[in-house]
Amino acid sequence: MGQLGEVAGILRKLYDEYRTTTPKKLKLIDAYLVYVMLTGIIQFAYCLLVGTFPFNSFLSGFISTVGCFVLAASLRIQLNKANQSTFNVTPERAFADFVFAHIILHLVVMNFIG
Amino acid sequence: MLLTYYFWIKAVKSGSIMWSASCALAYFYMVSSWGGYVFLINLIPLHVLALMFTGHFSHRVYVAYSTVYILGTILSMQIPFVGFQPVQSSEHMLAFGTFGLCQLFSFIEYVKSKLTKTQFDTLFSFALVTVGFAAAGAGVVLWASGKIAPWTGRFYALLDPSYAKNHIPIIASVSEHQPTAWSSFFFDFELLVFMFPVGIYYCFKELTDANIFIIMYGMTSIYFAGVMVRLMLVLAPVMCVLSGIGISSVLTTYMRNLDVNQLKKSVTSTAQSSTRARRNDDSSSYPRKNEIAFGVVCMMTFFLMTYVFHCTWVTSEAYSSPSIVLSARSGDGSRYIFDDFREAYWWLRYNTDEDAKVMSWWDYGYQITAMANRTILVDNNTWNNTHISRVGQAMSSTEDKAYEIMRELDVDYVLVIFGGLIGYSSDDINKFLWMVRIGGSTEKGAHIKESDYFTPQGEFRVDKSGSPTLLNCLMYKLSYYRFGETYTEQDKPPGYDRTRSVEIGNKNFELEKLEEAYTTEHWLVRI
Repeated sequence: MGQLGEVAGILRKLYDEYRTTTPKKLKLIDAYLVYVMLTGIIQFAYCLLVGTFPFNSFLSGFISTVGCFVLAASLRIQLNKANQSTFNVTPERAFADFVFAHIILHLVVMNFIG
Repeated sequence: MLLTYYFWIKAVKSGSIMWSASCALAYFYMVSSWGGYVFLINLIPLHVLALMFTGHFSHRVYVAYSTVYILGTILSMQIPFVGFQPVQSSEHMLAFGTFGLCQLFSFIEYVKSKLTKTQFDTLFSFALVTVGFAAAGAGVVLWASGKIAPWTGRFYALLDPSYAKNHIPIIASVSEHQPTAWSSFFFDFELLVFMFPVGIYYCFKELTDANIFIIMYGMTSIYFAGVMVRLMLVLAPVMCVLSGIGISSVLTTYMRNLDVNQLKKSVTSTAQSSTRARRNDDSSSYPRKNEIAFGVVCMMTFFLMTYVFHCTWVTSEAYSSPSIVLSARSGDGSRYIFDDFREAYWWLRYNTDEDAKVMSWWDYGYQITAMANRTILVDNNTWNNTHISRVGQAMSSTEDKAYEIMRELDVDYVLVIFGGLIGYSSDDINKFLWMVRIGGSTEKGAHIKESDYFTPQGEFRVDKSGSPTLLNCLMYKLSYYRFGETYTEQDKPPGYDRTRSVEIGNKNFELEKLEEAYTTEHWLVRI
């Protein structure tokens, strides 16, 4: 029980530090990430309840959410000033790559959804 | 395949989403062309795992792998042959697992950067206990309920080479699936066989992300090339790359020691003495550096020149002849051409009904479809094992039984390859045992036993002492029809088979249910 209390304290501290240190642009992307994750969870729960009948549609939708999540996370990593040393892309280039990958992702999802 | 790997290395080095997306597109092209894409979708996650274990996992690798996996998976599912396999079959589970691991790793790194060590440790152990057990439980449930299919036969045979021999004769029968002989390695690669370990050594000396990838690619492909001859083509590019690394590293190391100044006599004395003083400090490692360097560089140049000669010779001798037109040297040295295959296919094309169906062994399927433009039963895709087994049963049975099978399959023509007149050794009689094995491997062919076709001593003979089952089966009758009256060689009786070097046992028989339609000039193809 004591350990649970400790964990709760750590989580609260984590949340506070997140709120204060993260710049606004990254918070925006984080909100988007949470939204996409929720959509994915809802889709998966629906699939578990109702069954996988049009399996390609389920896969297409689910992979679309996972893809959006991953691409946005990658964009966030690239835009984070702290990681400037590992990448050498300008923010504009990062966003352009993000759009390029999204075009491919959505074209395939449209084709697959059936 | 190489394009996919190139883009992958570019993506890992730069961490840009564009290169990762291009990698996924190249992977899509690979999936649409060859079943060997399974190698790619396992090597790339293995590389990511290796980077994790060696501590090279960085944000770049996360971005690269996540993008490649997601885009690559959904693109590969567009190919009908692949379908839903990426989420259902065991061959793709490593990629899926590594994807999950990547997400976990990155998230843990992120949380770690926000907390102190002790706080992070408590949180981590708590999360590990709860989430870890849940994930492991889910995994076990999925495995036990059979939702995750085990490795298919094709790929399982690579891990356990005896599997195909014992369970799936059609995979074992393909000559390209046999283990590779040592001589094949030298024949195809010559010098590269020796420079390959040198390249690996130099890659180990400087472990960057890309070098780890090349090492893994080299080791896995050399294992697979050893298991199956056909996979030499997967080994060839990485052999070239690693040997290139090896040769250029060796040359750079030694050329550094080459001192051109020593060869020029007309240098001023002060400059000469100062260079000699500098070099005297260097030469403490070993004497006569310049001469040895010169010798090594000359030796490498010699090796490279002989390599070029070897490669051009091999390409001209072994890889330039079309397999459909055979040639031989006659007694006076001039070339004699056997164009029987094309002769037969053209005959089929112009002398049979447009919707005629031809039954032959699967080796000739694509050729008949392309050149004779007729429907065949089975072709080189070897997609339907039961169907091929049916054809094998027809070839191994007596004429009456075979006629029933052929009526059932609605066959108009039967095509066999016979090399007994000219001594061609890749004919259907030499392949016949595989037809028997494959024919006997399914339910309907359970009465066909390989041992029936051997003599009591266990030999495969076509002469008088051959097994009566063999001497009366359809393949024998179609190959040797009217051969009993033919003279093939001087001083030998009629009906002397030049490939098997025996006089055939069953001559002068009549075909009851079939009729000879066409035999080519050298009796190579009989319809």
